[in-house]
Amino acid sequence: MDLFEYQARDLFAKHGVPVLAGEVIDTPEAAREITERLGGKSVVKAQVKVGGRGKAGGVKLAATPDEAVARATDILGMDIKGHTVHKVMIAETAPEIVEEYYVSFLLDRANRTFLSIASVEGGMEIEEVAATRPDAVAKIAIDAIDGVDEAKAQEIVAAAKFPAEVADKVAHVLVTLWDTFVKSDALLVEVNPLAKVASGDVIALDGKVSLDDNAEFRHPEFEELHDKAAANPLEAAAKEKNLNYVKLDGEVGIIGNGAGLVMSTLDVVAYAGEAHKGVKPANFLDIGGGASAEVMANGLEIILGDPDVKSVFVNVFGGITACDAVANGIVQALELLESKGEEVNKPLVVRLDGNNAELGRQILDDRNHPLVQRVDTMDGAADKAAELAAAAK
Amino acid sequence: MAIFLTKESKVIVQGMTGSEGQKHTKRMLASGTNIVGGVNPRKAGQVVDFDGTEIPVFGSVKDAVEKTGADVTVIFVPEKFTKDAVIEAIDAEIPLAVVITEGIAVHDSASFWAYAGKKGNKTRIIGPNCPGLITPGQSNAGIIPADITKPGRIGLVSKSGTLTYQMMYELRDIGFSTCVGIGGDPIIGTTHIDALKAFQDDPDTDLIVMIGEIGGDAEERAAAFIKENVTKPVVGYVAGFTAPEGKTMGHAGAIVSGSSGTAQAKKEALEAAGVKVGKTPTETAKLAREILAG
Repeated sequence: MDLFEYQARDLFAKHGVPVLAGEVIDTPEAAREITERLGGKSVVKAQVKVGGRGKAGGVKLAATPDEAVARATDILGMDIKGHTVHKVMIAETAPEIVEEYYVSFLLDRANRTFLSIASVEGGMEIEEVAATRPDAVAKIAIDAIDGVDEAKAQEIVAAAKFPAEVADKVAHVLVTLWDTFVKSDALLVEVNPLAKVASGDVIALDGKVSLDDNAEFRHPEFEELHDKAAANPLEAAAKEKNLNYVKLDGEVGIIGNGAGLVMSTLDVVAYAGEAHKGVKPANFLDIGGGASAEVMANGLEIILGDPDVKSVFVNVFGGITACDAVANGIVQALELLESKGEEVNKPLVVRLDGNNAELGRQILDDRNHPLVQRVDTMDGAADKAAELAAAAK
Repeated sequence: MAIFLTKESKVIVQGMTGSEGQKHTKRMLASGTNIVGGVNPRKAGQVVDFDGTEIPVFGSVKDAVEKTGADVTVIFVPEKFTKDAVIEAIDAEIPLAVVITEGIAVHDSASFWAYAGKKGNKTRIIGPNCPGLITPGQSNAGIIPADITKPGRIGLVSKSGTLTYQMMYELRDIGFSTCVGIGGDPIIGTTHIDALKAFQDDPDTDLIVMIGEIGGDAEERAAAFIKENVTKPVVGYVAGFTAPEGKTMGHAGAIVSGSSGTAQAKKEALEAAGVKVGKTPTETAKLAREILAG
């Protein structure tokens, strides 16, 4: 889960990373009172999870409380690279900036550990600095158990060649930022720019944080950080039902068991679609190993509720779950939906393989539901589902 | 021969008395796995009856290893306790720990991986968030259905559980030496490269099927390894060509970030290393058949 800047700022503040005062609002008028409290002037910053908002006009200075309201009115509702601005942060204006640096901690998948990236050339995308001036970017591996203490922080400071007069202050930021990273179960904490201001202090002026969804079991506070406004309504409904669902932009609804098999199903449907008016998968939905009738019904309900869906492909490999149980699940799911008065009017192509496949196929054949077609191979079923979607397009 | 797991393997189960642990211990026993004990500190000294087979419960991995000579542990404990369970296995210096549990926080995986390193990597870790591994006809450590296929001479390594089953099914008439599900998390113990190296050295494996998916660069690094070190034929499959950028597709590690971790890049890297890559699982199986037929 990626956080908004204001959420990152709050986390930084909680763990002692120096930040400027700021509050988030979603109505322009609220900017007045906050700006008054900040001494009569402020910076109005669009809260969007995308880079380049400054260039897009999403960050504006306000010299008076009235001006803050006006700028907030301009920015709220603005579209920045496809992201609508629903919230703005009213922040303290930064003291005169002397230099801009970059520091971050992140997961290093390849080396199965964590990594620190630091540069005295902050303020722009670090990828850009790394591409044009690789010498200006220091990368230091962090041991997951030893972490970042004062000595390790000084090692990073030295490697990135921070000026002597800010060395201790940057090291302090690194230690507190590491604390944020570990205690929040983050995958990324990034400060860019970390500014040296005229007084000599260093302050985190902007930041990015990405949290590990798998750590939610020990972070009840994650629940409040979810951006419910931005979630696709179908994705939100699926999440409520604990379904692993991602909305895509095609026409063939997909249900399968196991993340890898479902990803593969999307691909196979997309290939098949090349011969059928270019239809594509409409979603990712993994109903997991169990595939009970209830989960199947929940999944079908979400997918049939998607107006983009023209046909549905149920692709199940019976591993632990036997296919007869899956077939019964499909039949019961359809009955359950019909009994609830849901309109079930899209063709379903079902492919069952593996454990008790013959029995499962027999159950579907016996039920002979007018909307259900059975195809025995994954590639064949994908082709049929694509053909049906194309016909209804 | 086979890799990592044979009929000689003595297996214990951490979390054997939990519901998943019980269910799968029963299945593993039914497929011939030599299970010599379970671990649960609160139930030490008890015996669990699995359809007539009595399995003793030990208070710690160390105790279980000392009393039974176990050399494999399969871990089913809930995600909150998985890190401690793996560290306990590492401390006991058990040669192989198979971590089935899914939903582990990546900071926990990073911790136990770092811990294994500090202890000299005496424990091979497979997983987390994986189906485990099976050497058909010999032993089954994890949750892979044992009756999909038979013993044979194909080695399989895969990030995905159900794609492992699908591939075992596609090639069920030929059979497999060992099938290893390494898991789809961002940090995993045993990698594609580790399995490729073991299959290359295994006299009972003639061909290797490697299944990857979007996210990270493990497949690209495996491709570089194959080019330099693998002389046996390798057939590949990569899932996730249609995955959108920035969305996690089921597995915690399955995410395209910016332009990195794409299926296309992985496919190209594998092909550049001489690996034949199938467009679908079925086509991948067909490629394997063609190579084996000469």
